Amino acid sequence: MLKLFDDIENPYSPSGDRSGSISMHSTGMGQRILSDNKGHDWEELLLMVSNDKDRVAFRQLFNHFAPRIKSFLMKAGADPTMAEECSQEAMATVWNKAHLFDPARASASTWIFTIARNKRIDAIRKIRRPEPDELTWPDEIEPAQEDALELKQQSEILADAIQNLPEKQRQLVEKAFFKELSHSEIALETGLPLGTIKSRIRLALERLRHAMG
Amino acid sequence: MKNDRKIKHHLSEDLLMRYSNGTLCEAFSLAVATHISMCDDCRAALESYEAVGGALLDVSEPEEMSDDSFESVMALIEKEPAQTSQVTVRRESDIPSALSDYIGGSLKDVKWRPIGLGVKQSLLKTSGNSTARLLYIPAGTAVPHHSHNGNELTLVLKGAFEDEVSRFGPGDVEMADEDLDHQPIAVEGEDCICLAVTDAPLKFQTLVHKLVQPFLKI
Repeated sequence: MLKLFDDIENPYSPSGDRSGSISMHSTGMGQRILSDNKGHDWEELLLMVSNDKDRVAFRQLFNHFAPRIKSFLMKAGADPTMAEECSQEAMATVWNKAHLFDPARASASTWIFTIARNKRIDAIRKIRRPEPDELTWPDEIEPAQEDALELKQQSEILADAIQNLPEKQRQLVEKAFFKELSHSEIALETGLPLGTIKSRIRLALERLRHAMG
Repeated sequence: MKNDRKIKHHLSEDLLMRYSNGTLCEAFSLAVATHISMCDDCRAALESYEAVGGALLDVSEPEEMSDDSFESVMALIEKEPAQTSQVTVRRESDIPSALSDYIGGSLKDVKWRPIGLGVKQSLLKTSGNSTARLLYIPAGTAVPHHSHNGNELTLVLKGAFEDEVSRFGPGDVEMADEDLDHQPIAVEGEDCICLAVTDAPLKFQTLVHKLVQPFLKI
């Protein structure tokens, strides 16, 4: 049985009070070093867009996410022109809906992913997407900041876990996730037997979920 | 819609993943959104799939944007007035809003059509090849024996039904595929209302099918 993410563990103590701008980075050698995630704190930048309509912050978000949304949409089957246009529209939505971003509920990349995903459904697949009811939260007793920090740390662990997957497995998870392929179509593309693929994906997702606490 | 009963039968991982990445058809998405509105476990599972999507987006290889791309986005933003927090008016309803949007109200507003033996149905309009329908099964009544060409998802909204597999109450999901040949019976005491989604027409048993089926199972 294939093992994914065995080397991933949460390096933070539960009572950790580390600054939110520092992330864990594990190298290919299995050593862990601390890096500042290239100096970007996407959540902070999104909040600056939300609170102050900060164009400099938005430009940084654009530089990172727009080319990746375009890439996601192309993997989802859009041609480059369509992907460019939809990526621009998705970034405009990021600006317009920034006030709805809640760092206690989702990381910036997760929130932006859902916008890109919805763009894929509206603009490319042209279908309606029924949405679940919003959870109604009881009046907050100010846990939000701690939640936001914990979520941010978990998201970074998750991103690191994915980034450190062996190339083939990362591609498999990416194909399963971004492309409109069934498991059997992935089998055709990768040449792996269906049972192996299903168990690998399931295991990968279980471990990712575990990494999310 | 708050569901106090503990939900026992949940959405499959495959459905959750496809809902999270935007590849699921509208009819199945309707069932997923309705179930998630009733089930915190599946909501949490969905959010973890979305987190996987976010992390994959974050580490994916970028595609080059056109030169004036940022300016185009700013022009789009100028054109559309910024949205302020929207207050969405929610109808008081006995069902999640995802579903009441398709009905145009609550369960009492459904326009039922009889399909025999007291069982009624109401088709919901969705795009694509899959079909979404509401089924009304009077207490103690059986839905005719049937199998499927494809997948069938049944989500209980009210009452309960039993079949060869288990008992399904409000919020529970039964996934049936080609291999399941079942006869759901609404439990005594309360009429049962379900949302049923199929990706191929239901196949009510014909003689030919009955003859062939035993051989298919070998």
